Amino acid sequence: MDIHEYQAKDILSGYGVKIAEGGLAYSPEDAVQRAREIGGHVWAVKAQIHSGARGKAGGIKICKTHDEVEAAADYLLGRRLVTHQTGPAGKVCSRLYVEAGTDIVKELYFCFLVDRSSERIVMVGSAQGGMDIEELAVTNPEAITKIYIEPAVGLQDFQAREMAFALGLDAEILSHAVKTINGCYRALRALDVSMLEINPLVVTRSGELVALDAKMGFDDNALFRQQKISELRDKTQEDPREMAAADRGLSYVGLDGDIGCMINGAGLAMATMDMIKLAGGEPANFLDVGGGASAERTEKAFRLVLADKGVKAMLVNIFAGINRCDWIAEGVVQAVRKIDMKVPLIVRLSGTNVEEGRRIIAESGLPIITAETLAEAAEKAVQARNDVVAKEAAQEI
Amino acid sequence: MAIFINETTRIVVQGFTGKIGSFHAQDMINYGSLVVGGITPGKGGQTHLGLPVFNTVKEAVQQAGAEASIIFVPPAFAADSIMEAADAGIKYCVAITDGIPTQDMMTVKNFLRRFPKEQRMILTGPNCAGTISPGRAMLGIMPGHIYIPGNVGIIGRSGTLGYEAADQMKRLGIGISTSVGIGGDPINGSSHRDILEKFEQDPETKVVLMIGEIGGPQEVEAGLFAKNGMTKPVVAYIAGLTAPEGRRMGHAGAIISSAGEGAAEKVAILKELGVIICPTPAAMGETVAAVLAKM
Repeated sequence: MDIHEYQAKDILSGYGVKIAEGGLAYSPEDAVQRAREIGGHVWAVKAQIHSGARGKAGGIKICKTHDEVEAAADYLLGRRLVTHQTGPAGKVCSRLYVEAGTDIVKELYFCFLVDRSSERIVMVGSAQGGMDIEELAVTNPEAITKIYIEPAVGLQDFQAREMAFALGLDAEILSHAVKTINGCYRALRALDVSMLEINPLVVTRSGELVALDAKMGFDDNALFRQQKISELRDKTQEDPREMAAADRGLSYVGLDGDIGCMINGAGLAMATMDMIKLAGGEPANFLDVGGGASAERTEKAFRLVLADKGVKAMLVNIFAGINRCDWIAEGVVQAVRKIDMKVPLIVRLSGTNVEEGRRIIAESGLPIITAETLAEAAEKAVQARNDVVAKEAAQEI
Repeated sequence: MAIFINETTRIVVQGFTGKIGSFHAQDMINYGSLVVGGITPGKGGQTHLGLPVFNTVKEAVQQAGAEASIIFVPPAFAADSIMEAADAGIKYCVAITDGIPTQDMMTVKNFLRRFPKEQRMILTGPNCAGTISPGRAMLGIMPGHIYIPGNVGIIGRSGTLGYEAADQMKRLGIGISTSVGIGGDPINGSSHRDILEKFEQDPETKVVLMIGEIGGPQEVEAGLFAKNGMTKPVVAYIAGLTAPEGRRMGHAGAIISSAGEGAAEKVAILKELGVIICPTPAAMGETVAAVLAKM
């Protein structure tokens, strides 16, 4: 789960990380009010969306008058911002963070993340801040310092100092840097943070170390013990279909293709989507219905897939282990009858009680296309989709 | 031979008296696994499914000679159960539980490393379907009947995709020595590489099928081991060709978060390392068959 910059800053400042003075705004009037409260002559008006690279997308405006603050807020609120992290659909900005302008001397990159290879938390820093770290890792890997943290003893001060020196910080600022780095690590451990990025971390003209941006991601598996963090969820930043799916205990990811999918198991789902692509089609979604696919769950899954109006054919691929094919088949038949499907449906069942499952589908009298193997299922789905597209084209002429 | 488990492996179930634990314990017993009891703290001394219930794993090891365990404990308490098993002297543990926090798994891995290697419990999972040595023992939640005994080792992250592979092989008359699910989490007990090493040492296994997916470094690490540390052929399929960057595909670990973690990139590297690639997920069976035919 991701949170907004202003939420992350609020958390981090509680752990001793210095941030610029700022406030939240939901309207241009709010924004001007925040600027007045903050005082000074320069403010940053920052779009709060769950994505990095907001600056490049025009989501951060530097303003020198209250009129400029108002104009920037008016421009950003309700605007859909597209970055390389949001995908082409972008994300709508409905909150702004107005922050006091910072007099920057030096921009640094700093983050903590879970390193899957060493199975440890790794601290990553670079004196070349503000840049895309992935890009830097390719063009100039020597400019990046990585320090691995032993989980049993945690981050040690010498490691924080090592990082501070790698970031090129002066001796005067050292103890403050150690405090900042330690604070981030304590937040990470206490709150089940999976990723914490400060880009840029800046040195100001007055010699302070300030988190100018902050991005935090949390381990979804740990939210059960992070009640306060769960409450920070902003559902407007998440795909509504994915949210609806999650609320129903289904795992869904919307994609750009037009063949809808319902599969049990994440690996089999990915493999089925691969098979669709190899057969010349494009999947409209990833959908794992999980192990206990009851009739009710099956219907919900069907509705979810078909809510995407771009879907031109739907493929169901179930390998029943604990589950039984006859139960699945009954659920599918019920769902099709209830929903009044307009697109062709291809069903492939395998595993426990497969014969009985196939019999139920065949005897239902519904126009369901069946397949025995994974390859056959994908080929038939692509064929059915192509037929629908050809028919639509013929009608247009 | 097989790896990890066979008909003489003495098995205990952690989370024995719960609904899920009971169901699968019975299924494992029906398959022929030597289940000798289970653990539910506070219910020690009772009998469940005709078998003794113990308060602690230590008691199960001392009194029932438990060697392997399977964990059906809810996510909030699962890490603790795994460490209890390791501390009690269990040799092999399968964690079925889905949803264990990543930091808990870091603690588990760190705890396991405290033991000298020869005494260290081997953990597979969490978030997996378990392990089966067909015809001998099942320590998992898979449908046992789709596996026939034979000489192919399977390693996979996903349950149902592993079933698909076993089913394709059964249709071609190819049997399995052991199938091991390593789970879909970002930090897991054993990696693809760890299991390859076990299969390399197993005289019964002739070929290994590795079913990987997007995200993380494990498939490539396994490929390097296949090239430098193995005499047996390794066949691989990597799921997730159509997965977009930065999106979690069901499994907590199935996410492309940096360069080299996509399916096409992993396939390219594995090919270069001499791993035999299945052209499609529908061709896992025939690719293995072709390798066996040449031996």
